[in-house]
Amino acid sequence: MEPVSPAPQAPGVPVSPALELRRIDKRFGAVHANRGVSMSVSRGSIHGLIGENGAGKSTLMNIVYGFHRADSGEILVDGRPVDLGRPRDSIEAGIGMVHQHFMLVHRFTVLENVILGAEGGRRLGAGLAAARAALERLGRDYGLDVPLDAEAGHLPVGMQQRVEVLKALHHQAKILILDEPTAVLTPAEADQLFRMLRLLRDQGKTVILVTHKLREIMAVTDHVTVMRHGAVVHETLTRDTSPRELAEQMVGRAVVLKVEKGPARPGPILLEVKDLEVRDRLNVARVKRVSFDLRAGEIVGVAGVSGNGQSELLEALSGIRAPSAGQILLNGRDLAGGRVGAGARRGLGIAHVPEDRLGMGVVESFSAEDNSILGYHDRRPFERGGFMSRRAIRADCEHKMGDYDVRPPNPGLRITAFSGGNQQKLVLAREIDRNPSVLLVGQPTRGVDIGAIEFIHRRLVALRDSGKAVLVVSVELDEIMGLSDRILVMAGGEIVGEVSGSGATEEALGLLMAGVRGGEPR
Amino acid sequence: MKADFRLPAWAEYGLLPLVNLCAALLISGVVIRLIGESPWQALKLMVAGAFGAQDSIGYTLFYATDFVFTGLAVAVAIHAGLFNIGGEGQAYIGGLGVGLVGLGFGSWSPWIVVPMGIAAGCFFGAAWAFVPAWLQARRGSHIVITTIMSNFIASALMTYLLVNVLIKPGQQSPESREFGPGAAMPAVHEVLAKIGITFAPSPFNLASLLALGACLLVWVFIWRTRWGYALRVVGQNPRAAVYAGISPERTILVAMLISGGLAGCLGVNELMGSEHRILLDFPGGAGFVGIAVALMGRNHPVGILAASLLFGALYQGGSQLSFDMPHVNRDMVILIQGLVILFCGALENVFRRPLAALLGAGRGETRA
Repeated sequence: MEPVSPAPQAPGVPVSPALELRRIDKRFGAVHANRGVSMSVSRGSIHGLIGENGAGKSTLMNIVYGFHRADSGEILVDGRPVDLGRPRDSIEAGIGMVHQHFMLVHRFTVLENVILGAEGGRRLGAGLAAARAALERLGRDYGLDVPLDAEAGHLPVGMQQRVEVLKALHHQAKILILDEPTAVLTPAEADQLFRMLRLLRDQGKTVILVTHKLREIMAVTDHVTVMRHGAVVHETLTRDTSPRELAEQMVGRAVVLKVEKGPARPGPILLEVKDLEVRDRLNVARVKRVSFDLRAGEIVGVAGVSGNGQSELLEALSGIRAPSAGQILLNGRDLAGGRVGAGARRGLGIAHVPEDRLGMGVVESFSAEDNSILGYHDRRPFERGGFMSRRAIRADCEHKMGDYDVRPPNPGLRITAFSGGNQQKLVLAREIDRNPSVLLVGQPTRGVDIGAIEFIHRRLVALRDSGKAVLVVSVELDEIMGLSDRILVMAGGEIVGEVSGSGATEEALGLLMAGVRGGEPR
Repeated sequence: MKADFRLPAWAEYGLLPLVNLCAALLISGVVIRLIGESPWQALKLMVAGAFGAQDSIGYTLFYATDFVFTGLAVAVAIHAGLFNIGGEGQAYIGGLGVGLVGLGFGSWSPWIVVPMGIAAGCFFGAAWAFVPAWLQARRGSHIVITTIMSNFIASALMTYLLVNVLIKPGQQSPESREFGPGAAMPAVHEVLAKIGITFAPSPFNLASLLALGACLLVWVFIWRTRWGYALRVVGQNPRAAVYAGISPERTILVAMLISGGLAGCLGVNELMGSEHRILLDFPGGAGFVGIAVALMGRNHPVGILAASLLFGALYQGGSQLSFDMPHVNRDMVILIQGLVILFCGALENVFRRPLAALLGAGRGETRA
């Protein structure tokens, strides 16, 4: 571990750091989540905290926010030791947090949401009036104009995030922690967020940005701390480092950030989607007359801000959700009208790695081996005449674990005891192992560490090269651009543009994702 | 990230239930002391009442058999994510099926009538469970509400039938006439007598073998068949089930039919094995005890066997206790049973954290 370097100082800012953590240690049972973490965040700076999933960043921030109590160590705010046992203590100490999943009451107005937890007395009226004045001032000072009387649930996500920031500021936060704030934003919205963060910094606020995206760290932070396996492994000024160095520090070895692949050799059309429409429970169309082809030997990427119909598209293609109109033709046979369910589609050669791994792709309480047959549990050799063969399941799982480098290679271990990357490798093994002709993949590397990302990308490319069709849905633009031979962009449930994989630029995709049609003519 | 306190298997299945049981007995002891009796004496009387003589052992095992059926019924449903608290009503209606066979075909050979009775019990119990199952699967009506409601309907229906239809003519108490001789499940003491072993008479009968068989079948079904696998997936993660091509609706129906069928077997033990007639409220709460048994037995047949024995002993020992101790009445015994249910079921996690701390944190699973 490198010694903690002195914090960078903006001119005219006093020396004592806004937040200082000294030897924070935290265990959850056998998991040593934080190992003697020391970190210093100087006032009026944007400090990046980066690390792979499970590196301990969230635990550390939850300790700072009072969700967890450290087993040992000290926390100092403005040079004074504080005891942060509950979120309320942290709020009083001037720490505000914007969670990855917003904590807004959807049916409340923005104003009501902001005063939540600081209502100011029994009667709401006075508190609301005072808050309105205060918020209008805050909005002016920080350029955070948000409609105070709009219902929070109706606002776009970027706006909801601003409400969260406003809420923290209204609670007198001097230190603002943002946990993976760009996960739900378009590139343009993310840029807007970064502008706002810079403004906050220039006004003297301190910002801690927790992320696993190197690009953001480079774009907006002054100072960066890298965590790995619960410890701080690197701390530096952002201008003195490079994405490559940070990535190596995160993983502990050199990594290839680009997907290496040869040119695609597209074959015949395997999957043809015609005028597909999917409606949700409220009969709102989530996928609107979408048409595209998927050929053998190509990877087609679907880009888009999450919530623009990609999930529904995947679910309709895989047979989880019935489309309300349109056709899904596999080798010319229509699956949509014939009521071919998820199980039957697997039999026909459509495999699916779902977006929400823990919510759908695995059963958390099951062992790895029981998860390795999910969806294939009624096939030989796992099952014969209704009875399961434990021996065949175990042997097969061991084989998959070896083939996909799942660690630890212990089929009997509960799936949740594996890291996200290893879980995903097992899901991928399960879906690819039966030699499907079409693989649908949602968020292939969500919650997956860098080492496993590389592995998963290579496997997807190898599958393509063996003449299969791969459809990748991802909100990570880097991933879409790196993997895809063709890119479809979805916005508002429609395919708003198609771009070739090699010619795609982030700007063009970003424009399309924001709903501006005609990015790149083809 | 939330820490959970997982224990090694022996502590999870052995030590923790034992600690919970001791806590329940400790508080029961305090109550018994408060009403002026000796807790130690009471415990001795209870143990002696449950295991002290051949016939008391017979009674304990007889009650335990009831609880195995209802406990398994609850467990199968829980594996599918369904809280079936209608075991009482399903057992009651299942008993109607058993009883109708006993009344209608009692003159035939037991080799035919007893299997018919078992089949009828399963069928009637399953049919009674089908209604809430269907409502849950197709209409989304919550199974807890519908099963508890169906208990009342079962009770009202049986009262009506016993008072107006099945009652033995010329009799005051609402119960049917006695079954024919073919509808008797042989008692264990009779069977033993045939091979020259004398055992004090008790209602302990061969339905216990059926219960043991049910344990084995349930285990095989849940953990060794693809339907059991599907059932567990639905119970643990319905979205993953849909993803895997498993129909939650169909699985709910299957699980509840099996659950109701198991509960319906209670009638085989109670009616064919002991009472030889249908009488009012013969399940006597065994359907509800089944919930505690399943909870305590961790929904595993082996655990359910052990928990059934415990509750059988509490039942039998408790009635002996109320017999022998003047101040301990029937309600006190129910209180003790209630405390055991409270500690082993509802409060089962109270001692988990201290136990985990005591056994050392190093035993947990390591993160890969």
